[in-house]
Amino acid sequence: MQDKQKNIRRQIGQGSIGLIVIGLLIWAFSGIPLSAVKSTAWTITQAIFNGLFHPDWAYVYTGDGEDLFSALIQTLAIAFLGTFISAILSVPFAFWAARTSHRWFTPRSTSGKVALTVIRVFPEIVLAIMFIKAVGPGAYAGVLAVGIHSIGMLGKLFSEAVENIDRGPNESIVAAGGTGLDGLTLATLPAVLPEFMNYTLYRFEISVRSASILGIVGAGGIGAPLIFALQTRSWSRVGIILLGVIIMVTVIDAVSGFIRHKLV
Amino acid sequence: MEMTSLPSRTFSARWHVKPLLLVVLIVLIMIGSAVNTQVTAEFSWDQFINIIQKMVRPDWSYIPTIIQPMLQTLQMAIVGTVVGALLALPFSVLAARNLIKQRWVRGGIRFFLNLIRALPDLLLGALFVAVVGIGPMAGVGALSVFSFGMVSKLFYEAIETIDEGPLDALKAAGANGAQIILFAVIPQVFNQFLSYFLYTLEINVRASTILGYLGAGGVGLYLSQTMSMFRYDRTIIVILMILAVVIVVDGISNRAREALA
Repeated sequence: MQDKQKNIRRQIGQGSIGLIVIGLLIWAFSGIPLSAVKSTAWTITQAIFNGLFHPDWAYVYTGDGEDLFSALIQTLAIAFLGTFISAILSVPFAFWAARTSHRWFTPRSTSGKVALTVIRVFPEIVLAIMFIKAVGPGAYAGVLAVGIHSIGMLGKLFSEAVENIDRGPNESIVAAGGTGLDGLTLATLPAVLPEFMNYTLYRFEISVRSASILGIVGAGGIGAPLIFALQTRSWSRVGIILLGVIIMVTVIDAVSGFIRHKLV
Repeated sequence: MEMTSLPSRTFSARWHVKPLLLVVLIVLIMIGSAVNTQVTAEFSWDQFINIIQKMVRPDWSYIPTIIQPMLQTLQMAIVGTVVGALLALPFSVLAARNLIKQRWVRGGIRFFLNLIRALPDLLLGALFVAVVGIGPMAGVGALSVFSFGMVSKLFYEAIETIDEGPLDALKAAGANGAQIILFAVIPQVFNQFLSYFLYTLEINVRASTILGYLGAGGVGLYLSQTMSMFRYDRTIIVILMILAVVIVVDGISNRAREALA
């Protein structure tokens, strides 16, 4: 009898979840006006694919610093500098935010976690515009945006790495008469460094993707020429830029993945 | 041999040659990057502090204005994820090693999926705005393609981990390909599919809040509007709103994924 009741209750539960999901889907699809597509959409799609297959090869390298190659290198430079600066800055944040005691009241770790969350809240594009106000348009603003945003995420990942290490070696160094600093440099840092490096490379992969779009607000990299080519409808230029981004991202992912595989 | 002496360290180990070289390499690339991006110590603190000062005094009365676009953002994310995931289903079957024995089919599909995944979400947004015009359709298009790339990889990796027993049994009983997929593959991976779907939805909710910046619909438009009008007290409201929605969606999705696991 009870089993039957439980069964019915479960069926009602599943049924109501199903109804909620269906309702959500209907609501979501009803909110997107299908009619709002430009009538030229199909022509433009064909033009973009045509551009992809007939890219503007002359743009790859012109030697004046306004070509695809320089823009991609600058994109990589923004991502690299931003990520590695933020990796260095994230180390103190990680020790600040790591929860290393099991008491319920941990003001240090909690305040650190809140600080990192506040940093993470700001989208990279918003940060880029804020920094453009401070340093003017250009790749420098992009570096700052990528760097600050990365602290939010790297700090969190780093602090979790610190939380997860075995604290035995540290304690034995202190027990044998070593200072806290000895424990940090001889036990804790060597244990967390490979993981820090792993996360930094992973973040670098993400930063390359964001740096390739920050140009749309004027923060350097390949984004600016891409938006310009889209606005002037130079599809063969769009095609070569897309190819360039795809190749860059693929190569970076492969190299970084290879190094990360060796690290862990 | 007596074991009273410590093992001697090589020159390279004693002087940490490899780590040192690595550090030097990283520092050199950083310096090169700094030169390339023209990083200087110049930083106009007045301007920056001015923005922060406005942001710490949010204009709370702006909240009602952005509720409707925020809801549209969620609709974009849901539709984009559903369309992307549905498109991903056949491709993930074709890319799975244990289902498709022809190497070139699998390889071709995977190559195509890798190409799609190399495109950042915002770049797809810019492309779709150029193709379908300003509006939520551009956002849906960008999110569909983006989630298609992500979901299909997660799906085919899930399919590759299934138990082969039911497959062989159905094959022995004379089932055709479609029947094998329907009765042996899908039941085994269904919960994982749902879990990955929710995970992608979480990522898409984050992405969709920014897409409007490019004109692809949703609340992102208000990020660009408020910032170009220097109303940072309103920008911060949009940011906080995004944060609140992301926390709620992540919370619901995490609980649902735990229930599925």
